[in-house]
Formats: sequence, structure tokens, C-alpha cells
Amino acid sequence: MDTLLLSRIQFGANISFHILFPTITIALGWVLLYFKLRFNFSNDMKWMEAYRFWVKVFALSFAMGVVSGITMSFQFGTNWPGFMETVGNIAGPLLAYEVLTAFFLEAVFLGIMLFGFSRVPGWLHTLATFLVAFGTTMSAFWILVLNSWMHTPAGFEMRDGVAHATDWFAIIFNPSMPYRLAHMLLASGLTVAFLIAGLSAFRWLIGDRSAGVRTTLRTGLTLGAMLIPVQIFMGDLHGLNTLEYQPQKVAAMEGNWETGPNVPLLLFAIPDEEARANRFEVAIPNGASLILTHDPDGVVPGLNDFVAEDGTALHPPVAPVFYSFRIMVGTGMAMLLLSWAAVGLMIYKRRGVDGLPKPLLWGLVPMAFSGWVATLAGWYTTEIGRQPWLVQGVMTTEQAVADVPAPMVASTLIAYLVVYALLLTAYIGVLFYLARKATKGEPIRPRVPPSGEAIVAAE
Amino acid sequence: MYLFGDPTVWLPVTFAALMGFSILIYVILDGFDLGVGVLFPFADGAEKDRMIASIGPFWDANETWLVLAIGLLLVAFPTAHGAILTALYLPVAVMLIGLILRGVAFEFRAKAPAPHKRAWNTAFFTGSLMTSLSQGFMLGLYIMGLQYTWATVAFAGVTAVFLTVGYSFIGATWLIIKTDEALQLKAVQWAKGGIWGIVLGLSAISLASPLVSPRIFDKWFSFPEAILLAPMPLMSAALIALLWLALKRLPTRDDSFAWFPFAASIVLFTLAFFGLAYSFYPYVVPEQLTIYEAASAPESLFIILIGTCFVLPTILGYTALAYTVFRGKATELRYD
Ligand code: HDD
Ligand code: HEM
Ligand code: HEM
Repeated sequence: MDTLLLSRIQFGANISFHILFPTITIALGWVLLYFKLRFNFSNDMKWMEAYRFWVKVFALSFAMGVVSGITMSFQFGTNWPGFMETVGNIAGPLLAYEVLTAFFLEAVFLGIMLFGFSRVPGWLHTLATFLVAFGTTMSAFWILVLNSWMHTPAGFEMRDGVAHATDWFAIIFNPSMPYRLAHMLLASGLTVAFLIAGLSAFRWLIGDRSAGVRTTLRTGLTLGAMLIPVQIFMGDLHGLNTLEYQPQKVAAMEGNWETGPNVPLLLFAIPDEEARANRFEVAIPNGASLILTHDPDGVVPGLNDFVAEDGTALHPPVAPVFYSFRIMVGTGMAMLLLSWAAVGLMIYKRRGVDGLPKPLLWGLVPMAFSGWVATLAGWYTTEIGRQPWLVQGVMTTEQAVADVPAPMVASTLIAYLVVYALLLTAYIGVLFYLARKATKGEPIRPRVPPSGEAIVAAE
Repeated sequence: MYLFGDPTVWLPVTFAALMGFSILIYVILDGFDLGVGVLFPFADGAEKDRMIASIGPFWDANETWLVLAIGLLLVAFPTAHGAILTALYLPVAVMLIGLILRGVAFEFRAKAPAPHKRAWNTAFFTGSLMTSLSQGFMLGLYIMGLQYTWATVAFAGVTAVFLTVGYSFIGATWLIIKTDEALQLKAVQWAKGGIWGIVLGLSAISLASPLVSPRIFDKWFSFPEAILLAPMPLMSAALIALLWLALKRLPTRDDSFAWFPFAASIVLFTLAFFGLAYSFYPYVVPEQLTIYEAASAPESLFIILIGTCFVLPTILGYTALAYTVFRGKATELRYD
């Protein structure tokens, strides 16, 4: 394998590992703030119980996110020096603002949020929780501005092969930014909703009947049921936006070779790039035209429009984009089914979480990580769908790669993969260990701190 | 933008200064918590928990200064960023894996099942050691002009060891402030052991860099610079002597002067840093690329500068808040 391919795999591995944890912390920060506020207003111990358990998950995920994020920020220099040399004038300020406005905020107040409960007044602790949640959301904002700009660049001009900013407003609010940001924030909310529901269902199934676990199970399911329709709607808008700016990506997502009207929606197929056709198609007639143009006779772009004179493809590799898109949408449908079934049953039987049948609860346990699957699949669709471009229409991935010997990249790649595999195993193991430990129920010991409010011990 | 004259001159200088400032803060702040990690094997179980507690609320923010420094290098001097990081490819990877191991070990050692705690303690130590060694190695190679020969790699090996000793020294002085009783006594011993590393390390770097580069030699040993610069090595020598005296008397009964070794090591690190900065200015890639040649477009730098002027004081403010909230002797870390 050459340096380019190895570097791409390494970048993909690193960012895939990184994104798992921000996806959790972005939304979990807000959920913790919600738990904290509910406790502040009701003084009901169950909210504190919920806070206590999930703040541990937050701390662990945050640490994983931070260390893998540091790896990310070095990748540009070690593997992709061409990226900063060409578009550094635009990417640089965006990354700098992320560090300045987001990373320091969350990193400093995290200490107070985690360990400051009995050291600072209640309002300051709540404020710290808010600032951490706000900081994680700001990181997502800045990095997604950059990423969206790479897909739909705007507000710049090229001088001597280097991009120079001309309009910062246009750069920040580039055409795909609002969709990508909304879709990612919703993805984060869904990931957390199903993680909470899944782990709580697990605790329930192994016999936990505490008020805390009831609360979190209900919160997770309700949040999931509320967000998933919005996400599907947002996803549709996102797709329409992509159709406008990156039609070759949509053609690959739909597996459509020839431009034309009445294009079917492929539920399953095996795209064959050699033959430039699909095998084993299972399709809904006119489906794709209907979704993308809201008209059965609407014209959908085809991949064959994106082939150079000499036959080289100017569109992304079809199969990975096609499959990962289906994995994401399929996961979204499973989320819709499960969360609506659960919330429907809770309302219909009027027994809250007690009314949920066992098979449904068992179904929720593996769904704890469904958000991860959908998020990764979504990112693969987007990012692979941009190839061969690194910045759409401005520079290709090949132009950015470093001149580092392939064996060197291979050796670091293997090292990262080993570390990631171990850490992921440890992370998931510890989540379930914490759940089992909480179920055994070391009762929370209310203590009276100097400030007079009731608080509870952490370990 | 033209307020202070030609922006292609003052903007690169400003950004070089900002980057230097972040590197210096990083080396001091993460230096002490990496050092505490390197000292881990010398402590027993309960002491390890206290050591972790002394850095728990801070380490994340400390590391963020590295992200800022590398970010500033990346945004302000993009070509230099590529050149330096590709030349340091392997040590950077070692450092990153080290940072990953120690960062997650913080959390895992407290949350994983009890039998795994030992393994995570080992990961914490190993990660801290990998990080310190690789940073020292990178410093050495940088001083040697980013060339790989037997001699430069050997020199980088030496700086790797000395920077690690330097970090454990500042880590030990941090523990003198944050702990008491037996552990504090131990920390004083560790600091006494580390001070020799500081002396040897500083002399090695001070001797090697002028020898490698005639340009640096001229900067230090020509008239009148040599006289103007003389206070720097003299101050360092005086500080080391004072440190030695202080360490012999610590810990005091009322804990007075427990802060002194840490404060003195901050000054020492700062002096060493300015020495290096003076040697290398105006180069960002030694002997190859000056800050003026490597700088990004002035419009982009200016946009960042505006933000920095507002945000940096705020960051310093809330960092001070965090250190005030968690002042005093380290107590058990709890979420309540
Ligand atoms: C919990 C996560 C999750 C779920 C359930 C969905 N998505 Fe998604 N999707 C993402 C998480 C995500 C993401 C990770 O946030 C992506 C990757 C990059 C991006 O902007 O959003 C994404 C990308 C993405 C794209 C590609 C955008 C581009 O071309 O750049 C489209 C068209 C959709 N999504 C559409 C959908 C539809 C129609 C869904 C209906 C079920 C759906 N997504 C569910
Ligand atoms: C966080 C979720 C993300 C995931 C899972 C992801 C995944 C991927 C994958 C799989 C590739 C390789 C594509 C290929 O070569 O076929 C890639 C490429 C790349 N992505 Fe992303 N990406 C994410 C976010 C981002 C963001 C936020 C940025 C911008 C800062 C970014 C910048 C890049 C760059 C620079 C490459 C270059 C390497 C390449 O194109 O092969 N990605 N990404
Ligand atoms: C190439 C792309 C990326 C780079 C270079 C990068 C860099 C970093 C760095 C350096 C950190 C650690 C900050 C600290 O020290 O506190 C971090 C954390 C974080 N990143 Fe990324 N990141 C990237 C992609 C993303 C994406 C795609 C998202 C989300 C949409 C994201 C969201 C976050 C969040 C929320 C944190 C805070 C820590 C946490 O919550 O775990 N990042 N990132």
C-alpha cells in the first residue's frame, strides 16, 4: 500500500475513533444540565441519582474525546501538510477559534463540574455544567463549519494556488453548514438518548427497580422518540442540499448510473463499478425521484455524467457510499420503530416503564450503540462521497498528502489501531460494569455540605 | 492592520510570541502533571491516589495549551508546521499514544473494576513517560536542526532523559505544595534527586546549541551581547543554589515556603525558554525558514488576533478561578 492510501486509512481510523466520544459528550452535557436543574427545582433524589451515574459516563467519554482530539490536531501536520499550505488561511482561523472559544472553556470548567460540587456554591456548579455543555457544542460548531466549507467552499479566492479569505460570513455560513450542523447535533442527541435508554434497560433487566433507573429509561426513550422524526426530516433536507452542490455524491448514494426521470429507490443492490450497473436490485419504483425532487417524473443525476473523456471516474467510489448511506438510514428506521413502540406502549398501558415487555427491553440493549453506527455510517457517506476531492473543486486528497515513507505510516497506523481496539473494549466494558455496580445499589448517602443543600457521595 | 506599520513584520512577530507563550505555559503546566506521572512508580497505593488528586482537576486544561501551541503553529506558520511535524513523525506518534494512555488512565483507574486498577496505573506511568521522553527527544532534534544523524539522535536521546527528569522535578515541587506528611517528605527527596538533572540538562543544551550552529554561537558570544546576556546564566545558577538550600530545609513545620521550589522552577523553566527563543529567533524551522517566510496571509492572522485579544485574558481569568477553587492540599477526588 502506498503512503496516500495508508494515510487515508489512518485519518479515517483516527477521526472515526474521535467522533464516537464527542457525539456522546455534546448532548450528554445538556442532559446532565437538565438532570441538575430538575434536581435543583424538585429536590427529588432520583434526579441526583441519574446525574451521579451519567456524570461518570460523561467524564470517561470526555477524556476519550480529548485525547483522541489531540491526535487529530497533529494529523494535519504529520500526514496532510498540503492541506494547510493550500487552505490554511481559511482552515487556520476556524481551528484557532475552536481552541480559543471552545476547548479552553470546556477543559477548565470540566474540573469544577466534576470535582467542585462541594467546593463552590450551587449556582457556580450549575453554571460550570452549563459552560461545559456550551463548550462542547461550540467545538462541534467550529469544526463543522470547517468540514462543511470543505464540502461546499465559499467566500474565498485563489491567488497563486493558495486560498485567501474574502468574506468570512460566507465562509462560516457556507451552503451546507446549517444542515450538517443540525444533522450532527441531532445525531448526538439520538446517540445519547439510545445510550441512556439502552444502559437503563440493561439495569432494569438485571433487576434494578430504583427511581433513578426508571427516570433515565423514560428520559432516554422520550428524547429518542422526539428527536428521530426531526432527524429524518433534517436528513432529507441535507440530502436535497447535497443534490444541489454535490450531485455526484447523491448519484452514488442512490446507486443511480444514468441521469433521468422516474428513478427507483433502491432498498438493496450490489453496485458494480466495472460493469457500471447494479446487481440484485430491490427497488421501489419512482422512489428516488419522489424523495429528491418531490415528483415521480423528477430527474435524478446519474454517475455516468461524471466520467472524464478518457474514462477515469470523477465521482466517488460507489459501493462504500451506497452501503454506508443505507446503514445510516436503516439504523434511523430502527430507532423510529423502537422508540415509538416504547413510548406508545407507555402511554397506552399507562404504567410507565413497568408496562414495557421484556423483548422490547432486550432490543434496546444493543441499540445503546446504534447512534455510533448511524453517525459513523453518515460520516463515511459524506466523506467518501467527497472523494477524490479533499476540498470540493479546490484540491484533491492526493495533493495534500505528506511525503512520509509508507512503512512509517503503516507502523503508526498499526499502533493506533491496537490502542483504539483496547480502549474501545475497555470503555464498553466499564460502561456495563458501572451499570452493574449501580444496580447492586450502593445506596446514595445524603450528606449535609457546608452550603446546606443535600448532596450525595460519588464513589 | 497598518496601525503598527507593516503587518507582514509585526504580525509574524506577534504570533511567534503568542506561540512561544503557549509553549512555555504548556511546558510548565503539563510539565508538572507529566512529572507526577513519571514519579508514580516510587509511590505506594494510597499515595498514588493523592498524587492523582493533586492534578485531577487541572490536567485537561493543561494539555489544551499544547493544542493551542500546535494550533498557532498550524495557523500562523503553515509551511513550518508541515515541515516540522513530518520531520518529527515518529516521536509525535509516540507522544500522542503516550498522551492517550495517560489521559484515559486517569478515568479508568477510578472507574474500572478494582483488579484492573494496577494495569491502569501502569498505563498512566507508561503514558507519562512516553510523552515526556518523546517531547525531550523532539526538543533535541529541533535544536540539532531537525537532521537525523547518529550524533543528533544521540543528543536528542540525552535531552529526552533530561527533559523527563526536569518534568519530574517540577512535578515533585508541585507535590510539595499539594501534599503533606510522608508524601510531602518523599516529594522533597524526589526534588533533590531531580535538581541534578536540571543542572546537567541546562548545561548540555547551552553547550550544544552554539556548537552546532555558528549563528547561535555569534548571537551569544560576541560583544556586547555576551555582557548583556550574562545575567541569564547567572540568575539560573543563583536560583539553583537557592533551590538547593530551600530543599534542604523543607518541609517546614508550618508549611511556610512550600511554594518556593515550584515558583523557582517556573522561573528556571522560563529563563531556559527565553534562552532558546533568543537563540532561534528569527527562525521557526532552524536555519531553514524564518517566521516571516513561513507566516500565513496577514488578513487571516489579523482575524485570529482580534479574537485572541478578547479570549486569551478570559481564558487566563477562568484558569485562575479553577486554581483558586482547587487550592490547598489535595484531598480525595469526589463527584460530590
Ligand atoms: C444518529 C445519527 C444519524 C441518523 C439516525 C441519521 N443520520 Fe444522516 N448523518 C449523520 C447521522 C445520522 C451524521 C453523522 O451527522 C452525518 C454525517 C456527516 C453529516 O453532516 O451528518 C450524516 C449524513 C447524512 C447525509 C449526507 C450529507 C452529505 O451529503 O454530506 C444524508 C443525505 C443524511 N445523513 C440523511 C439521513 C436520512 C434521510 C436519515 C433518516 C433516517 C438519517 N440521515 C439518519
Ligand atoms: C467526525 C467524523 C468524521 C468521520 C467519521 C470522517 C471520516 C472520514 C473518512 C472515512 C475519510 C476517508 C475518506 C476516503 O479517503 O475515502 C475522511 C477523509 C478526510 N476527512 Fe473526514 N471524517 C469526519 C469528519 C471530518 C472533519 C470534521 C474534517 C475537517 C476538519 C474532516 C476532514 C477530512 C480530511 C482532511 C480527510 C482527508 C483524508 C481523505 O480525504 O482521505 N473529516 N474522513
Ligand atoms: C479533523 C477534525 C477534528 C480535530 C482536529 C479535532 C480536534 C480536537 C481536539 C484537539 C480536542 C481536545 C480539546 C481539549 O484539549 O480539550 C477535541 C475535542 C472535542 N472535539 Fe474534536 N476534532 C475534530 C473533529 C471533531 C468533530 C467532527 C466533532 C463534532 C462534531 C468534534 C467535537 C469535539 C468535542 C465536542 C470535543 C470536546 C471533548 C469531548 O467532548 O470529548 N471534533 N477535538
